[in-house]
Amino acid sequence: MAQGIRDKVAILGMGCTKYGERWDCDSEDLAVQAFVDTLEDAGIEKNDIQAAWLGSHFDEVNIGKGGNFLGVTLHLPYIPVTRTENFCASGTEAFRGACYAVAAGAYDIALALGVEKLKDTGYGGLPNSPAFGQFSQMIGPNATAPGMFAQLATAYSAKYGVPMEKIKEAIAHVSWKSHQNGAKNPRAHLRKPVSMEQIMMAPIIAYPLGLFDCCGVSDGAAAAIVTTPEIAAKLKPNQPLVKVKALQIAVSSGEEVAYNNWDGAGFATTQRAAKRAYEEAGITNPREEISMMEVHDCFSITEFATMEDLQVSPPGGAADDILAGFYDLDGQVPCQPDGGLKCFGHPIASSGIRMIFEMYNQLLGRWPEDRAVKNPKFGLTHNLGGVPTANVCSIGIFGLD
Amino acid sequence: MAGISSYGGYIPRYRLNRMLIYGAMGWINPVTITNAQGEKAVANFDEDSVTLAVAAGTDCLAGFDRGAVDGVYFASTTAPYKERQNANIVAGALSARDDIRTADFGGSLKAGTTALLAAVEAIAAGNASSMMVCAADCRLGKMGTSQEMIFGDAGAAFLVSDKDVIAEFKGSYSLAYDFVDHFRGAFAQFDRQWEDRWIRDLGFTDFIPQAVAGLCAKYSLQPGDFAKVVYPCYYSGARRSIDNKIGLTPEQVQEDMLGVIGDSGAAQPLVMLAKALEDARPGDKILLVGYGSGCDTLYFEVTDKIAELAPRRGISGSLAIRTDLDNYAKYLVWRRMVPADIGMRGEEDQWTRWSLVWRNSRVVLGMQGNKCTECGTQAYPPQKICVNPDCNAVGRFEPVYVSDKGGKIFSFTSDMLAATPNPPAIYGNVEINDGGKVQLDFTDCALEDLAVSKAVDFSFRLKYYDPKRDISFYFWKAIPAREEVA
Repeated sequence: MAQGIRDKVAILGMGCTKYGERWDCDSEDLAVQAFVDTLEDAGIEKNDIQAAWLGSHFDEVNIGKGGNFLGVTLHLPYIPVTRTENFCASGTEAFRGACYAVAAGAYDIALALGVEKLKDTGYGGLPNSPAFGQFSQMIGPNATAPGMFAQLATAYSAKYGVPMEKIKEAIAHVSWKSHQNGAKNPRAHLRKPVSMEQIMMAPIIAYPLGLFDCCGVSDGAAAAIVTTPEIAAKLKPNQPLVKVKALQIAVSSGEEVAYNNWDGAGFATTQRAAKRAYEEAGITNPREEISMMEVHDCFSITEFATMEDLQVSPPGGAADDILAGFYDLDGQVPCQPDGGLKCFGHPIASSGIRMIFEMYNQLLGRWPEDRAVKNPKFGLTHNLGGVPTANVCSIGIFGLD
Repeated sequence: MAGISSYGGYIPRYRLNRMLIYGAMGWINPVTITNAQGEKAVANFDEDSVTLAVAAGTDCLAGFDRGAVDGVYFASTTAPYKERQNANIVAGALSARDDIRTADFGGSLKAGTTALLAAVEAIAAGNASSMMVCAADCRLGKMGTSQEMIFGDAGAAFLVSDKDVIAEFKGSYSLAYDFVDHFRGAFAQFDRQWEDRWIRDLGFTDFIPQAVAGLCAKYSLQPGDFAKVVYPCYYSGARRSIDNKIGLTPEQVQEDMLGVIGDSGAAQPLVMLAKALEDARPGDKILLVGYGSGCDTLYFEVTDKIAELAPRRGISGSLAIRTDLDNYAKYLVWRRMVPADIGMRGEEDQWTRWSLVWRNSRVVLGMQGNKCTECGTQAYPPQKICVNPDCNAVGRFEPVYVSDKGGKIFSFTSDMLAATPNPPAIYGNVEINDGGKVQLDFTDCALEDLAVSKAVDFSFRLKYYDPKRDISFYFWKAIPAREEVA
């Protein structure tokens, strides 16, 4: 009977570049920076790494296909490198590959690195790409990511009878809170606090989402080195161990896009992945037990809906929790303490590992007082890649020994 | 008996007031003020002669079995393809069978009447029992020309058959002249014409009476025998001369709708005929004249069956669905008359992979989905394994066309980031009536027109135009459902 990987893997070291419009950096620069920081944090040598997983999403403007980029750029010693691509979960997938390898006993020490260089397209937003294949491109709407996610709002409003005005105010609070947090974070892409009024009055990108409802399109890289708890304890005897409590992925079944049993007001994948992750981590009451979260706020409405899918807010209750400050840094379950995709930025395949980086450092109490979460027990990360009708969700739960 | 069994019409939703054109371009050619009355119908940015023809054809076929259609003729002088049969695109969109006869008619403004003639003769000869004729045109005049004022976009369609005929085909007479009043070379975008007075006095005013006289002589008829005479002529002064010359009273002359549609080229006589049939009574003799490089005349007699044809949108219903296009520059951009920047996102190359298109021909052109024979679940696009999680049967499907089913809005948005010549891009998920869900572009609407659960129809549109390879690619979009117009 499969038992999952709870407490079978420890994080030995992590690194994350500053996210942003890194006009000064190639993907190689970003990867090297994240790698060097991670290696230093882990306190090991490059040759100690036995296998690597590389996350990257956009072939078109990025590093191309395959694992060669990492081997060649870091001059890894002919070890296995596997590229993972699973939309916005690509980084978490790389991390999962490394963790599973260690948990399986195949390797002692493995590297996961996610890198994405988006700002070479010449235009704002994500690059246009046939993400769902050629047939889908032929018949699918002339859509962008904000428009696909924006539809959650109209469907949610219809399902719960929550007026669009209240949704608009709640999602504005989502972005307001992330800007408050991001402003304090030197690695974040967007570091300016903005007022509720600015957010509410911003030009519409895709109804009802305005400019501040959309996350930053950024360049960046993040990495983790994982090992067994035994080796970690030996290598770092004076430091608490950050362990993987759960890692779960759920991919759409096609029912959301083609069948009539989905409400469009949330994510069928997140609901499944969350249930499995709580089981794996042994969590029975997420609203009480989760201390902090980094969730996939590609758009404020995504974070809004995710609060319910993760069973932290009750169905139909996300707006009330959000507006009550439940997810603010000083609220009961701080969400996006590092600024989230909204302000930290969103280099696609790096984001999952960046979220883990935040949880790891919060758990180790490494952040300054003004952005530290008090006495965290469980930190949750969540990625949502694709579009609401067809997507991948990854959830990670991390905790101290 | 061979003749018309049904008719349909389509006028695009947008109407351009001619004074807007004059206000923008009158400075370069002040005489165009003489044509600056009323408005003209303008195809949306995602419409062209093929989509107009399909819309008219869909209206025409309402209540008829599409599987009974033995042929589809398409008539236009603005067909998007020189090679790749446009009629096959129309036939595919109308979900006609494969074993049918298709042809494109073009090269002259009488292409519409020639197509209708070819169809009724095929029926009369016993070579087919049911043929569709779909005509549409979207001609362009250069900025500041009288053609720009006069030309309008419209489509008309007729189901021609040997049963339940509402207007029996009684005979025809044609003239062919290499009379070059208007012309476009193989690569020309804009119409070019010779002097108005010559076209008016020698062309319309001579040839049309000549053709009518020829038909009357051939069948021993008098002009006074006709309840309605349908002929195109955009010179309103000349219409009076022509009427006099033939010997027609004003009641006999079918209105040309120049002030509300414009001259729709090869479709013009058929648009007028479709309008005439809306008001026709059993026993009416109708004379149809096509003009351009000569003339076609076709003579019909309305039967008792016309009372049994279910009401359709027709030209009148279509005319009633209108929105002002209050921006001349937008017209220029939509018709690709001037280059406009839609952002670099819109410059990303998109290949049309024809082998992929062919494999999915019916799925794309006809919006053919499938229905599980085990549990009855309908889906579009068609599934390989039943999407019902309690069924999941593999490969047990029957095809089902969903293009005429319509649906309900499930979710929607209006997107300012997507590259389009008509921002914002509006799209959303639609729950298809009888089951299934599909994400589609929305068109002919504004954000304010939409709400979750509101009814939508599906409309065949230009999905994208690839300027690099000159490819017009078509698919279906959602439009707010239009109430039936009596």
